[in-house]
Amino acid sequence: MSVVVVGAGPAGVRAVERLVEAGIRPIWIEESPDGGGRVFQKPPPGFSRDAKALYGADASRAAAIHATVARLRAQVDWRPGTLVWNLRPGPRLLNTQGPDGTKAEVAYDRVILCTGAMDRALPIPGWTKPGVTGLGAAQIALKAQGLAIGRQVALCGTGPLLLLLAWQLTKAGAPPALVLESAGWARTLRAAPGLAWNPVGALRGLAWRAALRRRGVRIRTGALPLRVEGTDKVEALVWRDARGEHRTEVDGVAIGYGLKPETQLADLAGVPFSFDGLQRLWLPERDRAGRTAVPGVYLAGDGASIGGSVVAELAGTRAALAVIEDAGGHVDPLETDMIHRRLWLEARFRAALERAFPYPAEHAAAMPDETLLCRCEAITAGELRGTDAPEVNRGKAFTRIGMGRCQGRVCGPAGAEVLAAARGCDIRDVGRLRGQMPVKPVVMA
Amino acid sequence: MKADVLIIGGGGAGVSAALHLAKRGTRVVLLERGLIGGQASGVNHGGVRQQGRHPAEIPLAIRSRRLWSNIQELCGADVEFDPCGHLKLARNAEQEADLLRWNEMAKGYGLETTMFGRNAIRADYPYFGEAVIAGSLLADDGSANPRLLAPALARMARAAGATLLENHKVEAIEAGFRVLANGQEFTAPILLNTAGFWGGAIAAQFGEPVPVEALNPNMLVTEPLPFFCPVNVGVVGGDVYLRQISRGNVIFGGGRGESDPSLPRSRPLPEPGFLAMQKAVEIIPRLEGALIIRSWTGIDGGMPDALPVMGWSRTTPGLLHAFGFSGHGFMLGPAVGEILSELVLDGRTDIPLEAFDIARFNGQDGPEPDVWKTRLE
Repeated sequence: MSVVVVGAGPAGVRAVERLVEAGIRPIWIEESPDGGGRVFQKPPPGFSRDAKALYGADASRAAAIHATVARLRAQVDWRPGTLVWNLRPGPRLLNTQGPDGTKAEVAYDRVILCTGAMDRALPIPGWTKPGVTGLGAAQIALKAQGLAIGRQVALCGTGPLLLLLAWQLTKAGAPPALVLESAGWARTLRAAPGLAWNPVGALRGLAWRAALRRRGVRIRTGALPLRVEGTDKVEALVWRDARGEHRTEVDGVAIGYGLKPETQLADLAGVPFSFDGLQRLWLPERDRAGRTAVPGVYLAGDGASIGGSVVAELAGTRAALAVIEDAGGHVDPLETDMIHRRLWLEARFRAALERAFPYPAEHAAAMPDETLLCRCEAITAGELRGTDAPEVNRGKAFTRIGMGRCQGRVCGPAGAEVLAAARGCDIRDVGRLRGQMPVKPVVMA
Repeated sequence: MKADVLIIGGGGAGVSAALHLAKRGTRVVLLERGLIGGQASGVNHGGVRQQGRHPAEIPLAIRSRRLWSNIQELCGADVEFDPCGHLKLARNAEQEADLLRWNEMAKGYGLETTMFGRNAIRADYPYFGEAVIAGSLLADDGSANPRLLAPALARMARAAGATLLENHKVEAIEAGFRVLANGQEFTAPILLNTAGFWGGAIAAQFGEPVPVEALNPNMLVTEPLPFFCPVNVGVVGGDVYLRQISRGNVIFGGGRGESDPSLPRSRPLPEPGFLAMQKAVEIIPRLEGALIIRSWTGIDGGMPDALPVMGWSRTTPGLLHAFGFSGHGFMLGPAVGEILSELVLDGRTDIPLEAFDIARFNGQDGPEPDVWKTRLE
């Protein structure tokens, strides 16, 4: 039996670990040079910031994940620096591209997709100027190479990552000049009972906020970025809150409204998708073990649905158990029950988080006509609104939005909000962008 | 719902027929199972090409090319038509002889081509590699954006009074004609079969099956590259074709993807993509190392002789076919619709259609439906 695990973040690591325990030697494919995922991003060789500085309260989990990767590499067919750019469910094949551009075909009987997540962008006028980046991307710059994206930085977003990054930057000696949280206090308070499902997580959020305030970091809630100003670089951010419009001089802006699963391989596999009203995203359908309707295809971690790294570890183990079980192996029902119970608790907390820190859909829908919605193809929101497209794939066909390098991974969700508002219909009714290979650009050779 | 003419299939041929008929006051209803221009008409390479065509198609292509000169007026929108010329390349002496033969034949139809030999072609087109030994330019040819044309024609047809219904899959057809779609009944004395690949099933229902195959062009596009290639490029043999759009992306194709027309679903395949990449790099070496950002395909109807079925049914009065354009339909669409409208309203057209007669297949059937599903699951 050929088992393939795609991704070496928390979900992939735990999946591989459990498979190896069961005597399976999977092919393990990871796009970046090393394991750990974005959440436990390692610095390049030669960098010496210690784990505590890099990962804070999660340092021991990061160390455990890195140690597990190091231990497992020799026990599997480890293929780092390798992109899976296509999946064919019929013949059960993956197409890969190695570090030197070499293409290969990988056959699988069962594949666990642990593809992770990326920043969920909110295009605003000026967001393509040098100096503007994603919240997650800014965090990776900090974790990987100890870089702040500027001296006077504005962070715009919602949810745990926003305050976490603000705190990490502050600890690293580069406190942000401005933090704009889109959710208002009223909303957070309403969600408070649900957040109590994870008291440690919830308190951590409060502690970051208090610590940032003590250090004099300006945090504004119910605040949204309106536009980035500057000639050929970031010079100022114009934003608004309940008190009105403001202008703050900054030289760097990070924008990220939660995360968005990388679902392209699940899509190519033909896994059915359904709309998740809380995350306001189309997500691949799977059972609680990670099985999909497509034979041999399993999903785990943030690549299936945003749950965070703790959920990803549990889901990775669970998906591996499903593979073992489906292949006729023995699985201890106590182990699966325990995982299900923990996943259930985490899901309650996650739902409360989504309610407390929702994607600012109305702000996206109302973006000014001149906003470069699709930065790859330079298509404005006005151009998309100007079509008679009833759904997003038509919008793409008519305007080229989502046809560029990123294939709509960046602009897709905001574009759907713009189109749905222009058509006056529900976000579900404009559908989702159809995926095509390659998932990411591949070299012509 | 009653009409003078019912059209099944909202590709380029169908919407163009709806437009030309509606302009002349005909009550038209068009039924499309998906969205207008969603399959072959919307996913093809976008070549507006007379060069290289079978002699039987040349009069049709010439007439369509005339319509293309006023395409913006005809379809009320900019469909990115660029009369940039089509350059067909030879990679060996035999292919060069092929080009010369075709050029000689096309002269009889008034089509002028310019031949470039081994040295001349590199002088004028320095980006071609050693594999290219000759080329023939038809300067009047060009390209357009296939995603825009059929929907634009559809908008004009609607404005002219035609009823175009999307997401209306035909469930039953009876002679006469009564058509059931989405639980609604449509009747008309004339039925146009412009259903592309699925046109074969309609013809079969009226006792004249044809060996139509699903044809899935395997298309790829690179990231934007510095603009270097102002001309459309084809090769003798057709194993690769490419063009660079003004934004810099190089669109190219070759080989076939896979599909299941019963769903309908189609997807491009990696292997023909690799082959097309290799062929493209052979003729334009600077493409090596470019990034491929996207691929796509769709479902067209391919005939064994690569000529469409176009003309009146041999079994059923009032049934008019135009399908199976075998990968060359995009450019012909505007004229095909006009000719269909003439056949319906005037009883004649000045374009010879004998070669497209459905009778040429003598009721020979196509492959069984399960052969369509060769690979896609």
